[in-house]
Amino acid sequence: MAEARQTVERPLSPHLFIYKPLINMVMSILHRLTGAALYFGTLLLAAWLLAASMGEGQFNYVNGLFAHPVGKLVLFGYTWALAQHMLGGIRHLIWDTGRGLQIWQVNTLSWLTLLCSIALTFAIWAVGLMFRGGF
Amino acid sequence: MAHRTPLARVRGLGSAKTGAEHFWRQRLTAVANIFLLSFLIWLLVTLAGADYATVKATLAKPQIAIPLLLLVVSGLVHMRLGMQVIIEDYVHSEGRKVVALMLSSFFAVAVGLVCVFAVLKLSFGA
Repeated sequence: MAEARQTVERPLSPHLFIYKPLINMVMSILHRLTGAALYFGTLLLAAWLLAASMGEGQFNYVNGLFAHPVGKLVLFGYTWALAQHMLGGIRHLIWDTGRGLQIWQVNTLSWLTLLCSIALTFAIWAVGLMFRGGF
Repeated sequence: MAHRTPLARVRGLGSAKTGAEHFWRQRLTAVANIFLLSFLIWLLVTLAGADYATVKATLAKPQIAIPLLLLVVSGLVHMRLGMQVIIEDYVHSEGRKVVALMLSSFFAVAVGLVCVFAVLKLSFGA
């Protein structure tokens, strides 16, 4: 049962792209995408911590990369991915308890996830910029 | 159920052999990550633009280093479980799947070790 050998071209069931994108479906896809992005993004944290442990030169080099416009954009995107995945995760934890599964509740929670993740991202950066004036 | 031995039934294991362990660990680390990542965001926001000496001194504090270490472990366990599901969903050839799962585990362990090493080095005097 390890590998199903395909000898006949059988029709496949319709997949994602033929459906009208519903908000809960888009949130589900985003949850997986942001999860995968966060997975590889841990390299950013590892690089930052390792540089800090190596010395001032290395630390300033990595901080310089993060301070570059492209670096900032990556960090901003990473912040949003984190917020989106965390709020989406909380939504899933609510669903795990069997609550919030009416269609209108599913749609409301899904929209809330997206709106709050965007708001949270801007809030985090606003506070960060306020703190020191430059990231 | 008729085909299962009483022992298997007592253990509560299905055909996946590991029962709900994957699901449970994913949720356990998810809840932990809510708190630990909130801490990381707070830490990074307060360290925004800070110079090397400040960052080094801050990361060396036990009350900072310990939550950071917890975050690294919880976060990497969580992301390894998540990537496992993605691989199992999309990589259908058995051989490639096993290789991908191994590489994913190597990645998680390597990133985790780098982070833990760095935090400990800062804590124990670099």
